[in-house]
Amino acid sequence: MMNEEIIIAGFGGQGVLSMGKILAYSGMMQNLEVSWMPSYGPEMRGGTANVTVILSNERISSPILNLYDTAIVLNQQSLDKFERKVKPGGVLIYDTNGITKHPQRTDIKIFQVEAAAEAARINNLRVFNMIVLGAYLKLNNYLKIEHIVEGLEKSLPKRYHHTIQANADALKIGMDIVKPYTVLVS
Amino acid sequence: MGELKLMKGNEAIAEAAIRAGVDAYFGYPITPQSEIMEYLASEQPEKRTGMVLLQAESEVAAINMVYGAASTGKKAMTSSSSPGISLKMEGISYLAGAELPCLIVNVVRGGPGLGTIQPSQADYFQAVKGGGHGDYRLIVLAPASVQEMADFVGLGFDLAFKYRNPVMILSDGVIGQMMEKVEFGEQQPRRTKFDEPWMLTGKTPDRPHRIVTSLDLEAVQMEKHNLDLQAKYKTIRENEVRFEEIACDDADYIMVAYGSSARICQKTVKLARESGHKLGLLRPITLYPFPSERISQLADKVKGFLSVEMSSGQMVEDVMLAVNGKVKVGHYGRYGGVIHSPEQVLCGFEEFLSK
Repeated sequence: MMNEEIIIAGFGGQGVLSMGKILAYSGMMQNLEVSWMPSYGPEMRGGTANVTVILSNERISSPILNLYDTAIVLNQQSLDKFERKVKPGGVLIYDTNGITKHPQRTDIKIFQVEAAAEAARINNLRVFNMIVLGAYLKLNNYLKIEHIVEGLEKSLPKRYHHTIQANADALKIGMDIVKPYTVLVS
Repeated sequence: MGELKLMKGNEAIAEAAIRAGVDAYFGYPITPQSEIMEYLASEQPEKRTGMVLLQAESEVAAINMVYGAASTGKKAMTSSSSPGISLKMEGISYLAGAELPCLIVNVVRGGPGLGTIQPSQADYFQAVKGGGHGDYRLIVLAPASVQEMADFVGLGFDLAFKYRNPVMILSDGVIGQMMEKVEFGEQQPRRTKFDEPWMLTGKTPDRPHRIVTSLDLEAVQMEKHNLDLQAKYKTIRENEVRFEEIACDDADYIMVAYGSSARICQKTVKLARESGHKLGLLRPITLYPFPSERISQLADKVKGFLSVEMSSGQMVEDVMLAVNGKVKVGHYGRYGGVIHSPEQVLCGFEEFLSK
């Protein structure tokens, strides 16, 4: 049985919600059951934004979760909040940009993706979230790049379809630069 | 097989309204349901089906526009969230009194007062016990998925016209804001025949004039009208109860939960069974009429009921009435905009067990 419970969290404007949306569309393209539940409200303005995405081959029960298989976090506040919400044995992916207090847990698998730095390097900040999503793709085998591209075609308005290639390239960059992070136990 | 889309619950209501052949939507924006009107505006239903979309100057204006449109036999609807629904309450009482079919959507947020914009289920009393003045009832549907948000628009109008009664979809910020897969049926044509004797279609010489009103200064006449209404509500109670049972067959205890809480509780059932509790879930789909009879039957074979709602305990009163002292009844819920997690509900259940 496949059941993947994901939280994506960062600042409003980082593309957190759209990353979740593309993930949900990609799951739908493969006939999975999907749910996408955003945080909404005043906290989104300039503060943190997060979205819970569930992909499953069974009927999805609760769209609201307390613990996650995978947490993708893009700022310090989200790392502080969601590191402890990863199930033991689960996965934490984070961008090191702006992080001063790194993860501490040794019972989960932790990965870094320097997506903000890479997006700046290739001079295309708008594909930042796709680099992050690429990192997630690399670590999971139930979704392929083609599925995400299909998801992009479905979720992007037609006038943005010329950006799909750049997004697909960004996914590949993410797959290349994601690296495991080991917590040093002192 | 219809068209499969990924949509927010609010958007699904809007798309379903166009496809159900709704004639008019009157509304006023408020979080967390603004996507309903936003989606309608972007879809331009006046071009797709000729449906009227109008942003009124206030909630009070919108509900009275619904009254006007419904009087002519048109399929009219409005939507809002808690404080806005309170503003509509006078109009809703009038619609119930005048026996006009319409659909009202409440995507509930935390209260009381202006409250918060986060999800809540604290408008249960208002939806099922009145809210407006007088002895009236709404038919209240509680969707627990984006698919049901879509399906209940058509169902709501069917029931509204069948009984000439306002129908409310009682949703909340979770179901309104979340995206899931949703399948839509074919486009239904808008109504073209307005041949029922109550509909205002313009007086012709061959018939007397018609008046749609909730006013009758003759008390005896008004009592008769009330008796007719009560007879109608009884028919509704006998014929329109809808609910879903999950893992109730061998259950020792049953949670009663609707809408987003029912989704959360489905996970709690799984967690509880992993830790050895035989826990089931009864999900009322209609909150009025309430599945009292089924709960009463189940009360003969289980040890207790826990009502799980994002309120300080409202539906629990209807569960207690149905159980009528046969077994113990408790309530668990976070509220004021806080959503309980499946794990928190499990803790609540374990505490209920120990009492």
